[in-house]
Amino acid sequence: MIVPTEWALTLSAVLFAIGVVGVLVRRNVIVIFMAIELMLNAVNLSFVALARGRGAVDGQVVVFFVMTVAAAEAAVGLAIIIASFRNRSTVNADELALLRG
Amino acid sequence: MDAVILHSQVLWLIPLFPLVGFLVAVCAENAPGIVKITSPLAVLLSFLVALASVVQLAGAAEGARLTQDLYTWIAAGPFSADIAFRIDALSAVMVLIVTGVGFLIHVYSVGYMGHDESCSRFFAYLNLFMFAMLLLVLGDNLLVLFVGWEGVGLCSYLLIGFWYAEDANAAAGKKAFIVNRVGDMGFVLGLFLLAWSLAPAADGKLSLDFAHIQAHAASLAPATATTIALLLLVGAAGKSAQLPLYVWLPDAMAGPTPVSALIHAATMVTAGIYMIARLNVVFALSPVAMQVVATLGACTALFAATIALVQTDIKKVLAYSTVSQLGFMVLALGVGAFGTAIFHVMTHAFFKALLFLGAGSVIHGMSGEQDVQKMGGLREKMPVTFWTFLVGTLAIAGAPGLAGFFSKDEILAHVYATGHPYLWLTAVVAATLTAFYMFRLLFLTFFGEIRADHDVAHHVHESPAVMTVPLVILAVLSIVGGWVGLPEHWLWGNRLGEFLAPVTGHPHAAEHAGILGEGALMLIATTFAVAGATLAYVFYVRLPGLPMVLSWRLRGAYETLLNKYWIDELYDAVFVQPYVRISTLLWQVADQQLIDGFVNGVAGAIGANGDVWRRAQTGNVQHYALAFLGGVVLVLAYYVIR
Repeated sequence: MIVPTEWALTLSAVLFAIGVVGVLVRRNVIVIFMAIELMLNAVNLSFVALARGRGAVDGQVVVFFVMTVAAAEAAVGLAIIIASFRNRSTVNADELALLRG
Repeated sequence: MDAVILHSQVLWLIPLFPLVGFLVAVCAENAPGIVKITSPLAVLLSFLVALASVVQLAGAAEGARLTQDLYTWIAAGPFSADIAFRIDALSAVMVLIVTGVGFLIHVYSVGYMGHDESCSRFFAYLNLFMFAMLLLVLGDNLLVLFVGWEGVGLCSYLLIGFWYAEDANAAAGKKAFIVNRVGDMGFVLGLFLLAWSLAPAADGKLSLDFAHIQAHAASLAPATATTIALLLLVGAAGKSAQLPLYVWLPDAMAGPTPVSALIHAATMVTAGIYMIARLNVVFALSPVAMQVVATLGACTALFAATIALVQTDIKKVLAYSTVSQLGFMVLALGVGAFGTAIFHVMTHAFFKALLFLGAGSVIHGMSGEQDVQKMGGLREKMPVTFWTFLVGTLAIAGAPGLAGFFSKDEILAHVYATGHPYLWLTAVVAATLTAFYMFRLLFLTFFGEIRADHDVAHHVHESPAVMTVPLVILAVLSIVGGWVGLPEHWLWGNRLGEFLAPVTGHPHAAEHAGILGEGALMLIATTFAVAGATLAYVFYVRLPGLPMVLSWRLRGAYETLLNKYWIDELYDAVFVQPYVRISTLLWQVADQQLIDGFVNGVAGAIGANGDVWRRAQTGNVQHYALAFLGGVVLVLAYYVIR
């Protein structure tokens, strides 16, 4: 049985919302990164569902791009976190407010 | 104007030499030995070039003039002004006085200021002054004259406050400059009005050249001419120390004595006289202005003479005497005897410079003492100074045959002959007082027993030759200097008057307008002068206690005179204090509270504004992300609703 497109989009929206809330609320920067990954994957799901629904393949190709970018971004982001942790010994987002005006 | 115009190539050297001397003195500030030679030399060279030019002029036709046009300074539409010099009869007399007497005073200063630690600076200022004064007398137009006019005012300030470490000296310098500025305001307004009102030349060109003014003065309306003349008179009153702008001159005695001799006796103060004589065509157009000039001169002459009667500082007596004699010159100008005024400028330069340099010699010999009450008996100890001072005193009192006699008598004769009996009487009284106070000064300084401390008295000595030789030269000039202007029917007559006449005009009414003839006038004036001198002899040699008794008996009058009619106090209360109060108010309220408050307030307001908005900058990335989300929601909502 083919999963109805609306169900997949709904799941995608819910996952995205969870990701957003996670970015805004969680204190541990690694968990924030996990939430960012969650948002990216929710968008991937949305792309694939719509591509399947239309029978086109371009949406599925975009997913490859998104995954690549997400991987690179995760690598860089984690490197930054490690560098920051070496200096400040904390992964608490509230304590990393150096740009406070 | 059919005057013969000769073109000279050397006139520019006359002011140039002192200017170079100034630059040398500035560069060689730490080598006073060099400066003491170059500065007098510069003035000597100026004198020689001036003499050669005057000889050339004298050989030319009557009314001729030498000119040199250096370059065009201002060219603004129809108006133009050049840096140009002229020597005609009037400036010939002035330039010889300035450079000749100036040279003698420079030589004297080598002795008087030679040991001063800032000697080079002194000679630098002195040479700069000579430069400015020569610009003034040699200028071919009113603007070059004005440049020199301002320049001598500056140098006067610099030289009066030469020993600026003393506050009183610096204050005197400031006073001189500020009071002069008040006069200059009048001068500048008069100059502008003249430039504005004068008709253009045939080719439409406007200028303030003296030739142009001479040719077109008649185009001025009477009211305009009166206004211009009165404004120029304000300028002359400031520079030549007439009422009410004379107050700077007595204070100017704070400067070194050679400065008093050169600037405040012989040259700078005569600039006002020269200016009026030069612009005599403008003044002659306005009988009202002439009357004001004459009355002002007579009143100043009498006023200053009364103050001089009781002063105890040797230089102050001479200062008030200068104001009084300048009053005589202004009086002469006012009755139309412009040439006579210049004659008196010349004789006054000789004997007043002599008296001041003599006073300097006395001060030098008395180790710096200037109070006449502490002097006395210097006759034997300083013979050359005494004899030359005596000659100067006789000259200023109008002793027959000496310089002052002929010039002062000519003034009195013209005043009487042009129908001003009251002014004549004022002048005669002033002349009598002059004889009295000058002889008083002579007797108190040189006669009797010395009243100083033992140390000072012991140290009294005659001054060195470098100071006494100029005294002797000036004494000789004070004797013979008047012989160029003898009354009309005596020997060779009034040579100087005839020489000056093409420029200064012939005074009106050489005939007798009154009941007294010229001989009678001369006799009256001389009798009064002798009376004044004799009275001084009685007061200060025969009956030394008498002055003190009289000053007690008439103490109201005595105190008034001693306090100079409290004019300085009056000016202070009426002008200076309100001005200071307004300035303080403007400083504390308008400047500090209002303007600074506004500027600082703007900065403060911006800062406060920033303090409010910076609260959004928490540094917490999650807050920024929330704001980002809010913006996205708004944009999406817009598109969904539309």
